Formats: sequence, C-alpha cells, structure tokens
Amino acid sequence: MAGKGGVGKTTVSATLARAAALAGLSTLVVEVEGRSGLASMFGQGELGYEEVVLSPGGGPDGAADVRARTLTADAALLEYLEDHGMSRISRRLVATGALDVVATAAPGIKDILLLGKVKQLERAGVADLIVLDAPAAGHAITFLQSARSLLDTVSVGPINAQARDVLELLEDHRRCQVVLVTIPEETPVNEAVETAFSLEDRVGVGLGPIVVNGVYPPVDGLVTTPAEVEAAAAEAGVALRPGEAEVLAEAARFRLDRMALQAAQIERLAAGLPLPQIRLPFQFTAEIGPAEVDALARALLAEVESLAGLPL
Amino acid sequence: MTGTGSVEAGGDVRTAPTPGARLRELVAERRIVVCCGSGGVGKTTTSAVMALEGARLGRRTVVVTIDPAKRLADALGLARLTDRPSRIDGDWPGELWATMLDTKSTFDALVLKHARTPEQGERILANRFYRNISGALSGTQEYMAMEKLYELHEETDFDLVVVDTPPTRHALDFLDAPRRLSRFLDHRLFRFLMAPSRGFVRAVNVAAQTFLRTVSRVVGGDVVDDAIAFFQAFEGMEEGFRQRAARVNELLAAPETAFVLVASPRRDTVEEAQYFADRLREGGIAVQGLIVNRVHPSFAVGGGPVSEVVAAGTAERARSLAGTAIGALYRNLADFQAVAGSEHAHLAGLAEAVAPAPVVWVPFLRSDVHDIAGMEQIARHVFARSGA
Repeated sequence: MAGKGGVGKTTVSATLARAAALAGLSTLVVEVEGRSGLASMFGQGELGYEEVVLSPGGGPDGAADVRARTLTADAALLEYLEDHGMSRISRRLVATGALDVVATAAPGIKDILLLGKVKQLERAGVADLIVLDAPAAGHAITFLQSARSLLDTVSVGPINAQARDVLELLEDHRRCQVVLVTIPEETPVNEAVETAFSLEDRVGVGLGPIVVNGVYPPVDGLVTTPAEVEAAAAEAGVALRPGEAEVLAEAARFRLDRMALQAAQIERLAAGLPLPQIRLPFQFTAEIGPAEVDALARALLAEVESLAGLPL
Repeated sequence: MTGTGSVEAGGDVRTAPTPGARLRELVAERRIVVCCGSGGVGKTTTSAVMALEGARLGRRTVVVTIDPAKRLADALGLARLTDRPSRIDGDWPGELWATMLDTKSTFDALVLKHARTPEQGERILANRFYRNISGALSGTQEYMAMEKLYELHEETDFDLVVVDTPPTRHALDFLDAPRRLSRFLDHRLFRFLMAPSRGFVRAVNVAAQTFLRTVSRVVGGDVVDDAIAFFQAFEGMEEGFRQRAARVNELLAAPETAFVLVASPRRDTVEEAQYFADRLREGGIAVQGLIVNRVHPSFAVGGGPVSEVVAAGTAERARSLAGTAIGALYRNLADFQAVAGSEHAHLAGLAEAVAPAPVVWVPFLRSDVHDIAGMEQIARHVFARSGA
C-alpha cells in the first residue's frame, strides 16, 4: 500500500486486510514505520516485532484471521545474518552502530533488509496475503527502488543476493502488486498519477486498482434553499427551530458542492491514470475502530465485485 | 460563515488582540518564522501565505520551501524555483522572494566553507560515500534547511525569512540533525576506522582490519573503501561543523525566531502536531502560533461549536424521519455535525497544549491554492482581515 501523507493509507491497509480476511484469506499486515495507529483501528495497542492477531477469524462469514507485526531494519539484519551463519559479526555490526554507517555508505540497505524480510515471509507462506503498509510520501518510490539501486552499489555478498531476490518479487506481478491510495482532491490526485508512472517505469512493479478514499456517499433528495427545506419539513409535519432551515440548507449545499468537486477529481484521476478505481466512503465518525474497518471492508468487497466484470 | 474564524486558546478574551492580529505581529516583528507540521496539512502554502503577509507589511521577505512536489512553485506561479532566491512581482509595499532548498548544493557549500584547503573540499565532494550522505542520510534535509535559514539570516539582508520544513514524520529532526551529524562524524566506528592513519596501537589496527573484512563480506569491499576514504578526507573539519551547528541551534532558540505549527483537524495530524509541540518545548522553544487548515464548518444554529446534545438531537431526527426529504436533510446535517464535533474535540486539546499561542482555523476551501489570489484568500482567514 502506498500513498502520500493524509490520504488514509493505514486505514485502507486495515480495510484491505479485513476485506481479504472476510473473503477467507489469512492475512498478515506488515508495518515498517511504527506509530501508524493500525492496531488501534482493530481496538488493540501498539504493534511489536512479534506477530499478533488483530482480528480473529470465524463468525457467520467464515472469515480468516488478520494478523500484524512491525519490522525494523536492525532486527531484520540480525535475523538475516544469524540465519546465514554470521551471528558473531551480526551482534558487533549492530552494537557498534556500524549499520548506520553502512546504511549511509549504501543507501537503501535498510529498505532492502525490510523488503527482504517481507520476501522471506512470502516464501515461507505465512499468510495467503501480506499487506505491506509502505512508508509515506515520496519515500515509497525510493523504498521500492532500493533493490535496483543497491545492485549497482553492492556487487557481491549477501546484500546483493537479497536485492536480487527482492527485485524478482517486485517484478513478478502475480506475487506482488502495489495498491496506491489517494483522495479525490487536486494535489493528491496529481501526486497519485505521478507516483503510479514512476513506480511502473522505475521499479517495474505491477499496479493493482487505485483506491480513492474519503468519497462522500450521496444522500438522496437534498434541497439547498431555506424555503425548500421549510417545505420539506412542513410535508413531514416537522416544526423547525429558528435558524434551523438555514443550517440544513447550508449543510446540504456544502455536501453537494464537495461531491461535485470530488466527482471532477475522480474524473481527472481516471483520465490521467488508466487503472480501475475502488472508491471508499468518507467516514463521518471521530475514530476509525473495528466497526468502521468492517464497514469499509464490506464497501471494498462490493467495489471489487463490481470491478470483476472489467478486464483487469 | 459558520465554523470559520479563530479561537483564543484558554477562552475568549475580548480585550486582547485577536489571534489573527497576533500572528500578523509575528510576521511584522520577527526575523525568522519556521512552519512545521506533518505532511499533507498545507504547510508549504501556509509558509507562502506568511511570507506574502510579510511583503504586504513592507518587509523584504524570503520563503524557503523544501517540498519536492514543488507546490509552492505552483502557488507562486514560478515555473521552477532555484537555489538562489528569485523575486515575485506583485502589488505590495515590501518584497517577496522565494527559493527552494537544494540539500546537496547547500551541503556542498558548507563542506567547501569548512575545508582547510580547496583540495580537501574537492576530495570530499567527489567521494561516493559523501554523495550518499548529502543525498540520503536521515536528517540531512532537515539539517540543511536550518543551514540555509542561517545562511540567509547571516549573509543576506532580508528582514524576514520564512522556512517550510520537510514533510516527514520526523519533521523536527532538524532540532537535533546538526547534533546527529556531529555525532555521526564523531562516531566510535569513525575513530575505530581512523585509528590506523592516526598511528594508534597496533592492536586496534588489527581489530579494525578484521572487522572491516567481515563488514566487506556482507556489503562488499567498495562500500567500505568509500566510507574509509570519506572519513580520512573529512578529518579536521568536524570542529568547524560542530561550531556552526551550535550557532544554528542558538538562532532557532533566539527571541527573533518564531515557530508556527501547521495542522489539519484529523486525529492523526493533531497527534503529530501535539508531538511536535512537545518536542519543541523539550528543545526550549515555545510554539508562537497554531494554524489549522481544512476545518469543516460546524453547522450549528447560531454559529459556534456544536454541543454533543445538539448533535445527538440531529442524529435522532435523522433516524426518526428516515425516508422523508427532511429526514435526508437531517441525515446530512448529522454527518457534518459529527465531523465538526470530533474536529473540535481534537483541536481543543491541541490549542491547550500550545497556549497561550494564538490559534487560527482556516476552513475547507473550494480548490487547492495555485496563485497569489488563492494565497490572499487564505491570508484573510489566517490574519482575520475584514472580509473573512
């Protein structure tokens, strides 16, 4: 999952994971930055390196589990070296802070350690679907590009081997796809289009449908003048308080206005980016909790259903 | 318009200057304004709006932007911002200049400034490890933003420098980025690697060699050679860097500098803003203003925030009248009152955290800002000029 700050990337990661689980796929969410708030969307505390079950399966839908964990470059390096018979040097690399120096010498080394770990989880078949909540902003491109850049810098050794494996994963569109998240506003739409083309050109990664988050669901029969509001109230035999008709009309205008702006941006996105769109409804509640994630997941499944007829 | 306008942290004090007036005072009197906040909250535009106001108040103003999306360039109608400030013409008594931070060339200039000989400088600039540091070391961009700020403050005659900060989760890294770089240069490993050339005891030498061989096995020998060459080339320059970093930090904490927090009312960005406020306070810096962009209107009868009772009443009417036209109108109002209610709840705590700093709310606008007219529209909300 990739997207700029403020578009709700983590919410959509939670949504996709829950949707996959509802469809019967065991799902693992991998977080790489920490403090994302993912766990709280499932009503749980912060994640750690150890895997936890965020949302147990079962129930009337026969859903699968959603599990989650955090990855850090330091821990991934230690694990990698220990698995490859280099446990003596591994402790020293981390204890001396050499990883920082090495990471500076070959930027992308931390990224490749993280992606290498994801690749290992995928190879081990830990889940039917792994959802990686990628770093925000333009970092997503750098992050995914790390494998290619590292092959130029580091020509031998285990890091080189790791970079090759990761590149193979990224380029295999059956194993790995990037789902971009955006919102129907001007700058985020521009950035999503730019990011999509960079990812295809520079990383060679396959793109899944793009998720348009925060779309205002329509409310039928909104009228926009106080007189029309009063007529509607009279029809239902409702007495309005002073000033209420104006506020109801103003709120209706606001909704319709924003919906028109959003529709224009959704069209621009479709024109600029030939990807199927999955539109998720704006959440009016204060917090995204398990109930909202569930509602969003069902909305996502309905959208996927409606895309199923399209040639993907 | 309901929901538009300003609140004074800690209550409505009618005799005191308005929050907008207090923000204008910052722009009129301070030498430096630093805008910080997480990505996607309109920080770049807000920085430009602050700078524009400086020019309107007759000051020679420059805004430094960092955002690689070049949004400020769009907002200012500039095709391309360069490392050198360029002037934006307009109908204001002062001057408005804009520049985009070029991390690498700023770092290069800093290296050349501190090099003992031109050859030493060139040797460093040519080193691959250095090029990685100047492009990718975490915190370098933040550090260079502050370096640029210092340079503009010290070496040019601008009355006001407004700085945007990087849109990263670690946007406040600049507070300790200079310290971190000097720590990096003073790294145990650095001294370990340097030991051979400094003629330390042979035991260290051997240990270093063994260690380096094993590191080379993991990442390749070229990488290690580059790093060693860099540290050797850099020798003797650390002190100059450290002293300058200390002066930059002094400037950031000086009374002529103001930090303004920019946020949006979403829960996660409010939490980030709260974290920024705490970090700044730990660094001995008080937030001088809070600008919250993209606030939903409150849609309360008679204006002001919506109480929970009122919101619950609206939601109840939406339920009981479902299926009617008026029910749809109540449904819609209930949706937005819920949003406004949670935004107010999130923001109340933040306003308290930055008190007594002035707090200004800017409403959701119809479109993104691309031009001076759009900036002017935001300025009316931020500085609460007549017509807002």
